[in-house]
Amino acid sequence: MNKAFAPALADFAPAPARQKMDTISRPSLSYWQDAWQRLKINKRALVSLYLVLGLLIFTLLGPILWNYDPALQDLDSISQAPSFSTTALFVDDPGIWEGVLLQESSTLPPVTGQSAVLGATRLNIEGTATTQYVRLSWEPVEGGAYYLVYRNDHQPESAEDLGLPLGQTLTARELSFEDRLQLQPQTYYYTIIASGGLREASDFATEAVELERAITVSQALERNLPATPGTRVELSAHPFGTDYLGRDLLARTMMGAQVSLFIGIAAPFIFVLLGVIYGGVSGYFGGKIDLLMMRFAEFVIALPFLLFMILFRIGFGIGPGESGIFPMLVALVLLSWPNVARIVRGQVLQLREEAFVQAARLLGANPAYLIFRHMIPNTMGLILVTLTFAIPMAIFTEAFLSFIGMGVAPPTPSWGSMSNEGIRSMLSTPHELLFPAFFISVTVLAFNLLGDGLRDALDSRMRSRE
Amino acid sequence: MTLYILKRLAIGIVTIWFIATATFIAMHLVPGNPLANEKATTEVIRANLERRYGLDKPVTEQYIIYMGNMLRGDFGIAFSEENRSVNDIIREHFPVSATLGVLALLFATLGGVLWGALTAIYRNRWPDYVIMFFVILGISVPSFVFAALSQWLILNLNQVTGSSILPVAGWGNFRYMLVPALVLGMSTMAYLTRMMRSSMLEVSNTDYIRTARAKGLSTTRIFIFHQLRNAILPVITVLGPAIAIITTGGFVVESVFAIPGLGRYFVQAVAQLDYTVIMGTTVFFGAFLVLMVILVDILYSFIDPRIRLQAEQ
Repeated sequence: MNKAFAPALADFAPAPARQKMDTISRPSLSYWQDAWQRLKINKRALVSLYLVLGLLIFTLLGPILWNYDPALQDLDSISQAPSFSTTALFVDDPGIWEGVLLQESSTLPPVTGQSAVLGATRLNIEGTATTQYVRLSWEPVEGGAYYLVYRNDHQPESAEDLGLPLGQTLTARELSFEDRLQLQPQTYYYTIIASGGLREASDFATEAVELERAITVSQALERNLPATPGTRVELSAHPFGTDYLGRDLLARTMMGAQVSLFIGIAAPFIFVLLGVIYGGVSGYFGGKIDLLMMRFAEFVIALPFLLFMILFRIGFGIGPGESGIFPMLVALVLLSWPNVARIVRGQVLQLREEAFVQAARLLGANPAYLIFRHMIPNTMGLILVTLTFAIPMAIFTEAFLSFIGMGVAPPTPSWGSMSNEGIRSMLSTPHELLFPAFFISVTVLAFNLLGDGLRDALDSRMRSRE
Repeated sequence: MTLYILKRLAIGIVTIWFIATATFIAMHLVPGNPLANEKATTEVIRANLERRYGLDKPVTEQYIIYMGNMLRGDFGIAFSEENRSVNDIIREHFPVSATLGVLALLFATLGGVLWGALTAIYRNRWPDYVIMFFVILGISVPSFVFAALSQWLILNLNQVTGSSILPVAGWGNFRYMLVPALVLGMSTMAYLTRMMRSSMLEVSNTDYIRTARAKGLSTTRIFIFHQLRNAILPVITVLGPAIAIITTGGFVVESVFAIPGLGRYFVQAVAQLDYTVIMGTTVFFGAFLVLMVILVDILYSFIDPRIRLQAEQ
């Protein structure tokens, strides 16, 4: 037999303490913490959350930072394209320009025949070319009977590409032209063509002219600007351009955001609350009350939504062309709650039968405790998702109604009414439509994606299978 | 089944009655008056006009007369246009709206089912991403922006090609209808695509698809006869509301494209406070929408018996 196994005390060492064997290694997360973690993983939802926050900052802080009166009209800067810094030159009032006339005594270059008309020789700019006027003069051309003036916004490539025909001189003696037609601070390409009477010259001379924004002294005085001809002044910049009345579009977009987001957020909050109460009561009590309440909700759902929005407006005594923010809010609330009520009722009906609710009831919980401790927290996720999806719907409705002139009317801006105004001059000044339309789209997009993300994070049963 | 249809019809009739009454009340709450224009110059003329349109009678009597007339299908005479009955206006303008709407619905359903099925087949591959990008765009961009954008595109296209295959605005043959119908159906198409996609993915996880695959059926056969047929069901449920969206969406598209439809006429009538035309078109539109939703629901209960059972319980 081997050595007897005789353990001594020294053979035993205390085992290393395996502490907290029974504790869970991860910290336990509450429902909301868990949801937040799941939302954080979802890139799209997170980006849209930042977008929503950005929009709120734009709406609430924007008007403070960009302190510009959205209703201020400036008829000298109508439908301006977006610009950041504008300086304008003070110039004397243009007065009447006599132009350049060939002296009677000097001889005209002979009209030699229609085939040999030369193109106009080089152009001279008389004075400074500003948005007030551009004064052109040129050398007489052999064979020219009169001259045609064209203006283009790019270098003409051929004789067919000369741009806007501005006018023509009456005689060959007139060797100048004054352009005052809707001048914008940009580079224009002026072309002078001599005409032999029947045929225009085949070659042409083009001169690029860069225009500077200018204000005449009398205009400056009207605006209370200290005007000394020759000096420059910094004009208010319009990062989004101006609209058809010269109002600043950035200020209007911010102001419009306040109106659009107010309706878009306030209305859903109210009708979701209403729907939660209605659906909660209906689902909690069940039976006859539930049947009656749901019949009524079904009936309201069956009402044609937009027709009633318009009818409400009329019912409130708001005529065409008047603003109706409040009636729109009321109409949205009164017509939109039943869907929420139905969703909440379904959830409450389900929860009523859950074991933990039964247990709480068995332990003697009163209805208030049941509703506030069990029912509402368990429907909160669903309510939040419904709310997030209700917001883009409300913003769309507002935009739609304002667009057809049944919502917010001028001068109050909203994104819908701004789009309505912008669409009229869509082809010439697209920025007037693009900015409000862009903001509507981005807002709706952000809330939709956020809603998707919230649904995935909050409610595994409703998770979209993507 | 009969009980179900009867119940739906009863709710529908009550709804239409409520719409008519609400319209009537709304009209009479308006401070303006359709006769408050240059026509009624003196008190006598005004009184005569009021007598002609029955506005001198008490409101309750007007209501009873109006309801009675409506039951007979008579919506009265328009205020803004001399001697033109509302029925005439509806008869003239509704077919235009209906043609546009049917075409838009056709685009929306065909497109929605097609794109939705494609995204489900190419799930998480580039066709899926591309289509879903456009779907998100279609949901987020308002229809008037689409309308304006498409007009701009048509204009440029016509300039570049030097032809005018697609007119920018107006109403006529199919060439005029194509783009407005597409614009009108756009958002519905986007919603249907999304719906079709999730419904297709749901169906593809079911037991009967696995069984079909185990039986050795071809992929095409499974796709067409098993997957698509079942996945289309939920799409049909939203057709009712889709009709409503498309009909009212017509307000915008009709005004942007200058289409002489009933929606555009309705907007004009509201602006002119033309009592009878507003009431007539509202009740007509309302009744039409309510009936459409009921029709779709009944149709659906025929296609999917589970719904019918649920409703009867």
